[in-house]
Amino acid sequence: MAQIVGAIATSHIPAIGKAIAEKKQNDPYWKPFFDGYDKAIAWLRQARPDVVVMIYNDHGLNFFLDKMPTFAVGAAAQYRSEDEGWGLPVQSSFPGDADLSWHVIESLVADEFDIVSCQDMAVDHGFTVPMTLMFPDAGGKWPVKTLPVSINTVQHPLPSPARCWKLGRAIGRAIESYPKDLRVVVFGTGGLSHQLDGTRAGFINKKFDLYCLETIVKDPEAFSKLSVVDLVREAGAQGVEFLNWIAMRGTLLGSVSKIHSNYHIPISNTAGATLVLENRAAVQTQAA
Amino acid sequence: MQHHDIPGTVVFDGTQAQKGYALNAMCYSFNAAANRDAFTRDEDAYCAKFGLNEEQRAAIRERNVLKLLAAGGNVYYLAKFAGILKLNVQDIGAQQTGMTVDAFKDMLAAAGRQ
Repeated sequence: MAQIVGAIATSHIPAIGKAIAEKKQNDPYWKPFFDGYDKAIAWLRQARPDVVVMIYNDHGLNFFLDKMPTFAVGAAAQYRSEDEGWGLPVQSSFPGDADLSWHVIESLVADEFDIVSCQDMAVDHGFTVPMTLMFPDAGGKWPVKTLPVSINTVQHPLPSPARCWKLGRAIGRAIESYPKDLRVVVFGTGGLSHQLDGTRAGFINKKFDLYCLETIVKDPEAFSKLSVVDLVREAGAQGVEFLNWIAMRGTLLGSVSKIHSNYHIPISNTAGATLVLENRAAVQTQAA
Repeated sequence: MQHHDIPGTVVFDGTQAQKGYALNAMCYSFNAAANRDAFTRDEDAYCAKFGLNEEQRAAIRERNVLKLLAAGGNVYYLAKFAGILKLNVQDIGAQQTGMTVDAFKDMLAAAGRQ
């Protein structure tokens, strides 16, 4: 059976992708941020994932306002990286696992999550930056298959934190009912607090971020009491990307422990963060 | 949209999405280099092709982010317009808050020392 061995949450700020392309990891501005990834990358390497489920948000590459799905799931053999308009290098395509995707889609719809399925999907920095961050030696040959799950954080109404938590639970059940022996790591990307628009641009809320980093490990259902407006107020208009982290945490059905975290202000206009969680099956099933 | 009283924050909801559709459609087209070039070559013709209203056209002409937001622009699509102008998110943050870019960057860094 497929098994979710853990999860990684990480910021996906475009400037990170540019810094990687320009090899600025050791610049004084970037070092405190990139140093926080060494342990995460080492954990991921030993976790030996076959598949990464990427829970992220599209920022106007694959989806426009003409058709804006609340939840969309990739079902393609390949996912394209494309020009986003402001200079982030285009990556080589990311392999998909269409069989796994359709299993997850069947399971989610049976579980009353009426998602949009996408056989043709471009993935933007919300997906590509975490991949380049976490697989620094890939050199364009990605060592895992991928399964994109996009949550609408662009056009309100957005799904509530409670709904994203439940989506995560349903994805967890879907993956763990897949009959092939696959090791799966779930990524939740974006955040933490930031706001790009309005006269409150530049808003960062360290106190709330630190609360989130702790609570998402120990008491993730606490976020289900928050509204989207609460998230906008506390995390900023774009800090609502924390919904992706909540869904990521929801996929972990076993006993969860924190392996590593890092938090650094500022990266671009954002509080940069990463978190690594290990997931141990609640009931150990004995292999014959 | 649920009522909110968050200062300095436009929540991009159905009202804004309807108002800003043409403007955002134009900015979405800037994902393609050929479209960015076409805009640069003849800004008036490009805006006309997407049917921008006078408020949106004026906000584009003035490169004024707060006016673009008021005209229904969404920051993720507007970022692609900012890309044509070679402005990053600190530049547009400074413009919206009436600060210098250096002062805006200092404010971001100060949030880490709280």
